[in-house]
Amino acid sequence: MSGPSSMRTPLERVRGLGSAHTGTSDFWRQRLTAVAMTLLIVPVIVVVIMLIGRNHAGAAQMLGSIPIAIILLLFIVASTWHMKIGMQVVFEDYIHNEKLKIACVMANNFFCVAVALASIYAILKLSSGV
Amino acid sequence: MALSIVHRATGLALYFGTLLLAWWLIAAASGPTAYANVQAFTGSAIGKLIVFGYTWALMHHLCSGIRHFVWDLGYGFKANEREALTWGALVAGIALTVLVWIIAYAVGGGR
Repeated sequence: MSGPSSMRTPLERVRGLGSAHTGTSDFWRQRLTAVAMTLLIVPVIVVVIMLIGRNHAGAAQMLGSIPIAIILLLFIVASTWHMKIGMQVVFEDYIHNEKLKIACVMANNFFCVAVALASIYAILKLSSGV
Repeated sequence: MALSIVHRATGLALYFGTLLLAWWLIAAASGPTAYANVQAFTGSAIGKLIVFGYTWALMHHLCSGIRHFVWDLGYGFKANEREALTWGALVAGIALTVLVWIIAYAVGGGR
């Protein structure tokens, strides 16, 4: 796409891309999800404290209510995305064997998606009341 | 101060601590027996210790993260400012943890 005959300057070719061809998107999303969780942390803690000591019926009713379900869904999406990026950075920093690093980054993706989908499924099930 | 490694360490703890949150939600969706198992665990001594540790990791990572926001915005790079931000994050993380647990006991302790 940018061979020797390209009209684009070297700076323009690398801007926003880099070796992974995704540029600074992970850096940006890490900050984006961090700000989201900073805003959500107070309502999430309020919900958790309100649930302390309640039996299953009371907890299930609370977790299935629309505002609480939405708050928790937003927090789950932000946190699992944030932790996927954070753990990938740790692997990229400390694992220098390329194959092992790719395996760990894959496992990290599987783990975070599994935690996210399991939690989202649980909340949707509580919300639908089945 | 070498607190950046603590930011990373609390991040790792929260990564695996998320399993506890997922377990709790799945149990609530599964039924009374599964939910009672979670409550038995979080009510036990080791369970309380883990949840307390999780609370501190979350509060510290939050405060330490806010410190990173300040740096991202281009402020707080002088030596004394860096020290103040780092100590502030450490103290605020511990204070918020204690505050959350006091409120939790005040609200939920009687149930």
